[in-house]
Amino acid sequence: MKKEETDLFVPRLVTTEENFAPGHRACIGCGEALAVRHVCKALGRNVIIVNATGCIEVFSSVLPQTSWCVPWIHTIFENVGAVVSGIESAYKARVRKGKIPDKNVKFVGFAGDGGTSDIGLQALSGAMERGHNFLYCCFDNEAYMNTGIQRSSSTPYGAWTTTAPYGKKSIGQATWKKNMPEIAVAHKIPYVATACPSYPFDLMDKVKRGLEIEGPAYVHIFSPCPTGWRSPPELTIEIGRLAVETGVFPLYEVINGEYRLNYDFTDLKPVREYMKPQRRFRHLTEDIIDKIQARVEKEYLKLREKAGVK
Amino acid sequence: MKKEKVVGLEGSFAVSEAVRMANADVIAAYPITPQTHIVERLSEMVAEGELDAEFICVESEHSAMSACVGASAGGARVFTCTAGQGLELMHEVLYIPSSMRLPVVAVVANRALSAPLSVWCDHSDMMAVRDIGWIQMLAENNQQAFDLTLCAFRIAEDNEVLFPTMVHIDGFHLSHVIEDMRLPDAEEVAGFIPDYKHPFALDPDKPVSMGCYGPPFIYPETKRAQEVAFENVMPKILETWKVFGDRFGRYYAPVEKYRMGDAKIALLTMGSYSETAMLAIDELRAKGEDVGLIRLRLWRPFPFKEFREAVKGVEVLVVLDRCVSFGMGGPVCSEVKSALYDQQKKPHVVGFIGGLGGRDIPIEEFEYMIQGALEKVKAIERGEEVETEMIGIRE
Repeated sequence: MKKEETDLFVPRLVTTEENFAPGHRACIGCGEALAVRHVCKALGRNVIIVNATGCIEVFSSVLPQTSWCVPWIHTIFENVGAVVSGIESAYKARVRKGKIPDKNVKFVGFAGDGGTSDIGLQALSGAMERGHNFLYCCFDNEAYMNTGIQRSSSTPYGAWTTTAPYGKKSIGQATWKKNMPEIAVAHKIPYVATACPSYPFDLMDKVKRGLEIEGPAYVHIFSPCPTGWRSPPELTIEIGRLAVETGVFPLYEVINGEYRLNYDFTDLKPVREYMKPQRRFRHLTEDIIDKIQARVEKEYLKLREKAGVK
Repeated sequence: MKKEKVVGLEGSFAVSEAVRMANADVIAAYPITPQTHIVERLSEMVAEGELDAEFICVESEHSAMSACVGASAGGARVFTCTAGQGLELMHEVLYIPSSMRLPVVAVVANRALSAPLSVWCDHSDMMAVRDIGWIQMLAENNQQAFDLTLCAFRIAEDNEVLFPTMVHIDGFHLSHVIEDMRLPDAEEVAGFIPDYKHPFALDPDKPVSMGCYGPPFIYPETKRAQEVAFENVMPKILETWKVFGDRFGRYYAPVEKYRMGDAKIALLTMGSYSETAMLAIDELRAKGEDVGLIRLRLWRPFPFKEFREAVKGVEVLVVLDRCVSFGMGGPVCSEVKSALYDQQKKPHVVGFIGGLGGRDIPIEEFEYMIQGALEKVKAIERGEEVETEMIGIRE
């Protein structure tokens, strides 16, 4: 896009202010860093962010530098839900006791897929069940990328990772991706959404909605990882789009239990198109890909039904 | 005339009263025997509006300490309590408030560790958290449990300290036993504990990044800074106990002595058994023996100076451990020996292990340890190896 076009149009929709400063150490083509940038634009500066250990923390906060223009805290890997509970409670108590004025500060948790659906699941579940007023963003790059591409419960079926390698007796990841948004929905929280930085305005709208809603909100953000997915860095946006257009990662919201499919496709693109640019799927045989295709279609239909799409 | 009332309170309730009078903002805790009466009493206080705090009923001790870290980083006065396995589950998180200078206050109702399952008292949980960088002190009775919890808030939150502080109360022996104690007037306490303001709490008006990533070029400097800061907390602890004593009439010291006078033999204890040990010392003194008692009130930072001072002139030091460091004897005994190593003149140190998993130590066993230690010293002088003896065991 030409500069004058962005100058005229985009700034009317999105702030030019950066709340997540450039100069951090993310890999080239990192979908997660891009997602964080979008999320932070939507959050504004009246927030406190709690970050799990993982790629984001490591590439954004190497002492003595920081990319965070808002108050930010990282402690350990698996406790974002609990730390954010503590900060929100501290704010509530101190405002109530007249120790600080109420400035409508918002509380946000950031974690990767491992920090959310594996090791951090308990703390997150506790925080959602207790009903703290916070937004949780899971940046899902589908494996433990920071430690070197090890499988998580969020790694898709068939994908190669360093701990789920393909071989004579292995197809790679042998389990289906854990459906974390549905786990959040099962907590009956007021807002759950899926998003992807390939759809920046949709992503930012969802973050704003999650932030404004009273009670726990969960946004699951699909974050392509060229390093771990073995894909060309210049295709990050493209791959994100293909994930949505093939039905691999549908974009939807669940507001007070009501499903809303944000982008519906009557004709899904074949999953092969999504998998093709990613070497993590390159070893898969046709029958495995067919199996994945069937599963994606079945899940997509279920989602359409829940959303009441005829 | 001090305004105070004499009441009969369980140790758990005494601690809860201290938390109420300190006007804590956030409590995050998970129930575990023998700490449960503290969380129950605090919940009641919050439910009745006697304490204006957010009580976060977390889903684990790991999350309890994590929530405390968050709340403390958010600028609140924070309290938690746990025991045994719960302290172990917290372990990973315990290093965070001490490294990030967040003054969380915790009370531990000391409990043995599994296996086999035991809900009863010993000091295995406390010894497993020796090196976490918290200030740690021990109470011997319910009055002390109350007093030290109050002091913990003032010490921890002092802007020249800003370290988390842990008060150990023996599970059941203190947590579940009702004793008479003096409860000061709430206003007096409010005057003792100043309003708390963390100098760089998380605040959108003044953004800070906490808990950054420290590669090798900077990590050791952060640890050195932490060590220097921790070395400097002792004067503040002493000052707080002095102010407390002047205000409430009860004085505390890092190392406390009982009938040490001209004692040639000294027994060293920590926690509630110190009171039983005092009875044993009285009996032995009545028989004309030169024995006294040394009680470690402060466990971290280790009071080297005060301890060395206390054992001056002592020929035999008998150390009771309520924990086993497998393959190493008793942990307190090891630390005491290392504290004396560089001294020109030092006592023989003889270690015993007892009171594990809530096993009672009667007065006679304290007498046995002192007599037994003298025999062991003779063996040491003959050049024999002397092992740490576990007392009260049915072989």
